Amino acid sequence: MNIELRQVSRWYGNVVAVNDVTMTVGPGVTGLLGPNGAGKSTLLHMMAGFLAPSTGTATLDGEPIWRNHQIYRSIGLVPEREAVYGFLTGWQFVLSSARLHRLASPEDAASKALAMVEMEAAKDRRIETYSKGMRQRVKVAAALVHDPRVLLLDEPFNGMDPRQRLHLMDLVKELGAAGRTILFSSHILEEVERVAQQIEVLVAGRHAASGDFREIRRRMTDRPHLFHVRSSDDRRLAAALIADASSGAVSLGTAGLEVQAVDFRRFTWLLPRVARDAGVTVWQVSPADEDLESVFSYLISGSTR
Amino acid sequence: MNSVVAGITYRAVLGRRRVLLLILLPLVLIGLAVLLRAIGSTDEKATVTLLQIYAIGTMLPLLGLIAGTGTIAPEIDDGTIIHLLAKPISRPVIAFTKFVVSASLLAVFAAVPTFIAAYILIRGEAGIASGFALGALIGGIAYSAVFLLLGVISRHAVTIGIIYAVVWESLVGGLVPGARNFSIQQWAQTFAAQVSDSSFFKASVGMGFAVPAVLIVTIGSVAWAGQRLRSLSLTGDE
Repeated sequence: MNIELRQVSRWYGNVVAVNDVTMTVGPGVTGLLGPNGAGKSTLLHMMAGFLAPSTGTATLDGEPIWRNHQIYRSIGLVPEREAVYGFLTGWQFVLSSARLHRLASPEDAASKALAMVEMEAAKDRRIETYSKGMRQRVKVAAALVHDPRVLLLDEPFNGMDPRQRLHLMDLVKELGAAGRTILFSSHILEEVERVAQQIEVLVAGRHAASGDFREIRRRMTDRPHLFHVRSSDDRRLAAALIADASSGAVSLGTAGLEVQAVDFRRFTWLLPRVARDAGVTVWQVSPADEDLESVFSYLISGSTR
Repeated sequence: MNSVVAGITYRAVLGRRRVLLLILLPLVLIGLAVLLRAIGSTDEKATVTLLQIYAIGTMLPLLGLIAGTGTIAPEIDDGTIIHLLAKPISRPVIAFTKFVVSASLLAVFAAVPTFIAAYILIRGEAGIASGFALGALIGGIAYSAVFLLLGVISRHAVTIGIIYAVVWESLVGGLVPGARNFSIQQWAQTFAAQVSDSSFFKASVGMGFAVPAVLIVTIGSVAWAGQRLRSLSLTGDE
């Protein structure tokens, strides 16, 4: 199933929270990445039917999302806010979700969902006694109880300990690999990098980038890329590289070369040829800054300029 | 009407500290009745005064406020209502269910104690006990609908509700006879007077006005609350 946003904007009074965003979220895991206050929750609420776009349209396989309670047959939602009915036990909470979906055998569905998030042991305790991570997991179980084809999660990994986090990340990945459409928001790069195939970056309400994060990075050719290179003869390779305009700076250290590539495409094309011509064997080439952190800070500085 | 929504709502309302008021206010009514009986002033006039001023005039609107707003406003405030709303259930059904929960609570905590208090004082005399119980029941239904709507459309539902009950119904209604036409308490008394043939009180609003007023206000408020719930927006923490 596809969630489609077409030229969606949302403002509160004079404040624009989401500005002219067009995106399609399809099967697989999509990470909605952005700093706090970028409008991620606003966007997610519009996808989940809890906020009307001020302009533009939000649809699920062509059906309007706003004021359409039928969409919840296909959507599972894990809201960011922690509040749940604390007087219910985990079991009662997930079971109530199954009953509200009018599932054929709500008990079986609830057991299955609780098992998926490894909450069977604590299921008979009241939710108010749970830790933040446990609440989060029980909310995920309640959202998964009807086996939805679309799952929306708002900052799902917040407040979880590392083991729980890894477990939920694996679960999300599995669900995505099984063909479900999953979108989760996060301001933590490592999470998105780890779980999502597709990344949508939101900065100050604008859709700053979309795609695989390596691709996003590659498209930013106006920013120098930093590479670590180790070879049989670093000094000789350095001399050959600096002769070409695609390298901005080359520094020689004990751990090898550090090369600033000004023109990414040309540099990656050039390096093996230069090495061959100079008779140098290249042992290792690694991008020094190709992690989400640098992509992200680049995008932020780019949009405020 | 959805039984899962009703079950969660009952537990939510009865689990909050405000439930003490729900119990305390009718206990005071019954306590006063026992006290009056003990000191021997069990005449019809005293009973009518107690029921008019305390049962219908004070207890009913306060309980209506607690039950009517309490079935929905706290859940909207803290966001727990998402659990109910992100389900393939029509929002008007959710609103209607919450209304039924509130009205049933008022039947138990307002109408029944009203009957008991009157019965303690004067038994079945002049149909006062059953009349005021009916009035409290119908008033409770109307208050439930109105305060449910307030809980959906405003974050200040309790304040607005108190202003309505105290300033409009009691103060303005006491001074300006015309204002009584738009007072749920007065409608409740109209129904009470319909059943009771006591000579000690007379309703200031006629049945011809009260019946359609109760119907329009109740149905209109629940329907409006359902529509507002359909477009309930949740803003994030950011």
